[in-house]
Amino acid sequence: MIQRDLALTTLRPHVEPRDLVVAVYQSCFDWLALCPRDLNYVSTGAMGQASSHALGLALGSPDRRVIVLDGDGSLLMNLGSLVTIANVRPKHFLHLVFENGVYEVNGAHPIPGTGTVDFAGMAEAAGYQDAMRFSQLDAFEAALPGLLACDGPVMAVLKIVPGKAYPRDYKYIHSATARQAFRDALNRNET
Amino acid sequence: MTVSSPANKRAPPSGEDIIVQLKKARVGIIVSVPDIVTSDGLLWPISKDPDFQLIRVCKEDEGVSICAALSYNNTRALLLMQQTGLMDSLNAIRAIAMDYHQPVCMMVGLQGKAPDETVLESASYGVRIVPPILDVMALKHIGIDSDADTQHIAPAIDTAYKTGDALCFLVGQSPVIAGGHS
Repeated sequence: MIQRDLALTTLRPHVEPRDLVVAVYQSCFDWLALCPRDLNYVSTGAMGQASSHALGLALGSPDRRVIVLDGDGSLLMNLGSLVTIANVRPKHFLHLVFENGVYEVNGAHPIPGTGTVDFAGMAEAAGYQDAMRFSQLDAFEAALPGLLACDGPVMAVLKIVPGKAYPRDYKYIHSATARQAFRDALNRNET
Repeated sequence: MTVSSPANKRAPPSGEDIIVQLKKARVGIIVSVPDIVTSDGLLWPISKDPDFQLIRVCKEDEGVSICAALSYNNTRALLLMQQTGLMDSLNAIRAIAMDYHQPVCMMVGLQGKAPDETVLESASYGVRIVPPILDVMALKHIGIDSDADTQHIAPAIDTAYKTGDALCFLVGQSPVIAGGHS
């Protein structure tokens, strides 16, 4: 098992200034603490929608890399998006799924299929270009450059446990301030 | 919140005119789950038109998110679906379009509405509840029941992207295209 904050810390140096990072729930809160930046897309609104927002960003900015920090419970709510994304085939699209087997911010109840559901297998079957599974941090670290370089969409499923507890700033992620900061940064960098 | 059309037996809207309006509004991406009302007269022609990029989604709420994300760099899109998909996507619309105040533009075929009845007086429960639900959500809706209504499309989309207000066109009669769908 990988500590989520260590996985995000490992990802951090690989994120380039123009990259778009779409993050949800606890991964989002951790990421905001570990790597605050205006091109973090945090206002996904409805549970499960991160991958679809990410696809929209990829369609609107096809030259940018899009990195999704998704949750297992979240992705279960939008499994069809795997097929949609695979069909569109955004070239620079890394879909990270942080699999802890529970709805962590909703009382830590188990997700359906805990321990048996295979997100990487579903991504492969949906048509993702590649899908990998990681339960060791060093293996994830070694694979990251390749995952970010290869033609997408690609998925990496990380078996994780919570690390350090970062504050859950719901007010910020739903704020107009967060959305305007992202919009300004996206369009500033577009020109 | 409503721009309504009277009960009518008028000619159905022209698919070509709707497409002209979408292009006039600089809509380049259509996100859709097929809808029987708009299938032949709109979605099939759009699917063959190189001026549009058609994104076929598995479920309509995906489209709400895609359209909202596209709006961040002013890439204009339209979510084309049936009212069943609208109903299924209400939480995404509530959160992403309304709470976040983002210009998600939707065109909804009203499956089950007869040409000679108004939406509110439709014999179909699933049709007549749509406007009141959108009103409660403060989501602007515009009826597209005849060709005269299509002229509202481009200005309404322009306004949506200027103000950030979401928008829903309600298509009450199947659009037709010259020669029919082939």
